[in-house]
Amino acid sequence: MTGKKELLVIEDLHAAVEGNEILRGVDLTIHEGELHALMGPNGSGKSTLAKIVAGHPAYAVTKGSIRYRGEDLLGLEVDERARKGLFLAFQYPSEIPGVTIAQFLRHAKSARTGEDISVLDFYDDLKVAMQKLDVDEKFAERFVNDGFSGGEKKRNEILQMAMLKPNLALLDETDSGLDIDALKIVSDGVNTLHREREHLGVLIITHYQRILNYIQPDFVHVMVDGKIVRSGDRELATHLETEGYESMRGQLTAAGS
Amino acid sequence: MPKDQNVAALNLDDYKYGFKDPDSYVFKSEKGLSRQIVEQISEMKEEPDWMRKFRLKGLEIYESKPVPKWGADLSGLNMDEIYFYVKPSEGEGRTWDEVPEDIKRTFDRLGIPEAEQKSLSGVGAQYESEMVYHRIKDDLAAQGVIFDSIEDGLKKHPDLFKRYFATVIPPHDNKYAALNSAVWSGGSFIYVPPGVEVDIPLQAYFRVNSENLGQFERTLIIADEGSKLHYIEGCTAPTYSTDSFHSGVIEIIVNRGANVRYTTIQNWSNNMYNLVTQRARVEEDARMAWLDGNLGSKITMKYPSCYLMGRGASGEIMSIAYAGPGQHQDAGGKMVHAAPHTTSEIISKSISKGAGRSTYRGLVQVQKGAHNASSNVECDALLLDENARTDTYPYIEIDENDASIGHEATVSKIGDEQLFYLMQRGLADDEARTMVVRGFIEPISKHLPLEYAVELNRLVELEMEGSVG
Ligand SMILES: Nc1ncnc2c1ncn2[C@@H]1O[C@H](COP(=O)(O)OP(=O)(O)O)[C@@H](O)[C@H]1O
Ligand SMILES: [Mg+2]
Repeated sequence: MTGKKELLVIEDLHAAVEGNEILRGVDLTIHEGELHALMGPNGSGKSTLAKIVAGHPAYAVTKGSIRYRGEDLLGLEVDERARKGLFLAFQYPSEIPGVTIAQFLRHAKSARTGEDISVLDFYDDLKVAMQKLDVDEKFAERFVNDGFSGGEKKRNEILQMAMLKPNLALLDETDSGLDIDALKIVSDGVNTLHREREHLGVLIITHYQRILNYIQPDFVHVMVDGKIVRSGDRELATHLETEGYESMRGQLTAAGS
Repeated sequence: MPKDQNVAALNLDDYKYGFKDPDSYVFKSEKGLSRQIVEQISEMKEEPDWMRKFRLKGLEIYESKPVPKWGADLSGLNMDEIYFYVKPSEGEGRTWDEVPEDIKRTFDRLGIPEAEQKSLSGVGAQYESEMVYHRIKDDLAAQGVIFDSIEDGLKKHPDLFKRYFATVIPPHDNKYAALNSAVWSGGSFIYVPPGVEVDIPLQAYFRVNSENLGQFERTLIIADEGSKLHYIEGCTAPTYSTDSFHSGVIEIIVNRGANVRYTTIQNWSNNMYNLVTQRARVEEDARMAWLDGNLGSKITMKYPSCYLMGRGASGEIMSIAYAGPGQHQDAGGKMVHAAPHTTSEIISKSISKGAGRSTYRGLVQVQKGAHNASSNVECDALLLDENARTDTYPYIEIDENDASIGHEATVSKIGDEQLFYLMQRGLADDEARTMVVRGFIEPISKHLPLEYAVELNRLVELEMEGSVG
């Protein structure tokens, strides 16, 4: 036990979409200030887990519980969860044509803080955040994700995270599609926020360990077929790099039979 | 758009335009339409004989034409219940102090005098059947810009008036243009001399107050060679259980090299039948832009049009329609290419909510001899509910084979993933939907002056409130 407060506690979570069970008993606890990595092959259910924590209506939780800072999350709407400081950086962020990043973020920011921020303060914050992420000022005037490259979309997600200052950040494949420079900048953004907000808990979802060279996780979990089959420290990620997921799959089968 | 932009001047918090004042008028015609009423109007306006005859001819044509069946359902519109002429006061003010106190109060509540101070070159205000206020900034008047009520235009500039009046929209154009020709009252007369640029908009505001009123304003705008004008029109009325009727005619002459933009933000109450004919004649190298925002009314039928008569003339129509439950917005536009190297563009964006219905109806015509014409039409519909409805009727008639014509139409819904994304950032469901809608109309709202873009967004926001079932 770290003695730190529990931030997110997932117990025996089962979830289905259109009758197909995707999550089959997930247990995961993240304490305040901890960095966790969730790894696993494509299709194993990582994004599904993140979306369910965020409250996506398409998935039905059939069993189990999710608590966030001691509160039952499953009874809350998507926006309520967000306003309580839960942030999901999307693997595939949506495009909102005609709405600029600045307009969107201003609304999001006042929703998150519950107060109207002055235009000037908002733009000051935004400018600083953009500089840190090495994005051009004009970026804020572009329409949300409209015609963005993969890398731009990912930076936009991290920019939003930096502005909205969450308590728990779920980063779903934020590293994919980034070249090494962009990866460093994005990782830097996460590390900076983590330094500034020591209670911030982070769950990094990835199927490459590359990003873990820049963001050092306290714990690594491996998900296969809708279940976390192994948890360990950062050594586990290195181990996976050499052994691959196949060995884990074998383990699961053995455990399940 | 910053949310806290000062919009007080435009007064938009609600359909609080639904407020009504006690009826006050110096003359009110009998209900219904008759030759006698037409003559009475002409007499009260002390018109020359040619105008009296013109009106009577208009009445004749009106009576001879059937109610159009091709568009929105007009069967509920009962002309026998309508008051065709209500004169609210004697004379027109040149300062707000000259406007009767209760009427002035109405326009104060609508934020008009304040907007006039802050962001307009001049304002005309119509209450019931008459303009009660008209004023243009002195420097523009000094440059020869005329901004009068249509009645004053006829009295003070008879030759100019007669030369252009009803040349763009003759009475036989359609049933309601004929009706307007018979009973027109109020509206603006504008003349911009050659080379004069009116960069800050002029605005006309139309207010209907009493029940079952018919308002028939008539506006004539002449932009002389190389001049420039932006004109904005706004309209509201109280909500009554019975129907009211608004049928305007707007004629614009855009002379060689001139540039006119005409913006309408129509926010009539939901008991208004709004049947308007507006058309511009666009000469050589001149440019006409209509921006037509239809948010209110029960039924609107309105197709701003450009007759591109001179070589190199260009026209643009941008139309936003919002149809909520019980509303049918039948809108669109018409581009007639009658000369070579003319270009046109129509962008239509409609939003239908609940059982609301929006129709795009448009015509692009390239006439014989109009070589190298090019036209582009884009109409996008956004449906907010399962039972919302949209239809598209694009007509294209091409008589020259070197024309370049583009047409694109889309129908979309707000995506679940879009909503999830926005809500994951803390926006409530209706806030998220509103944001998508704002983005949808952005290609049009960006052409509005800031205050009006804010107004439009606010109106959309209000319409969207409680849109989540
Ligand atoms: N909305 C959905 N509808 C149908 N199947 C889904 C949906 N979301 C996820 N799945 C399925 O669930 C499984 C896990 O997907 P996902 O969570 O995206 O995996 P990962 O992120 O680990 O690659 C996949 O087989 C995927 O096809
Ligand atoms: Mg995934």
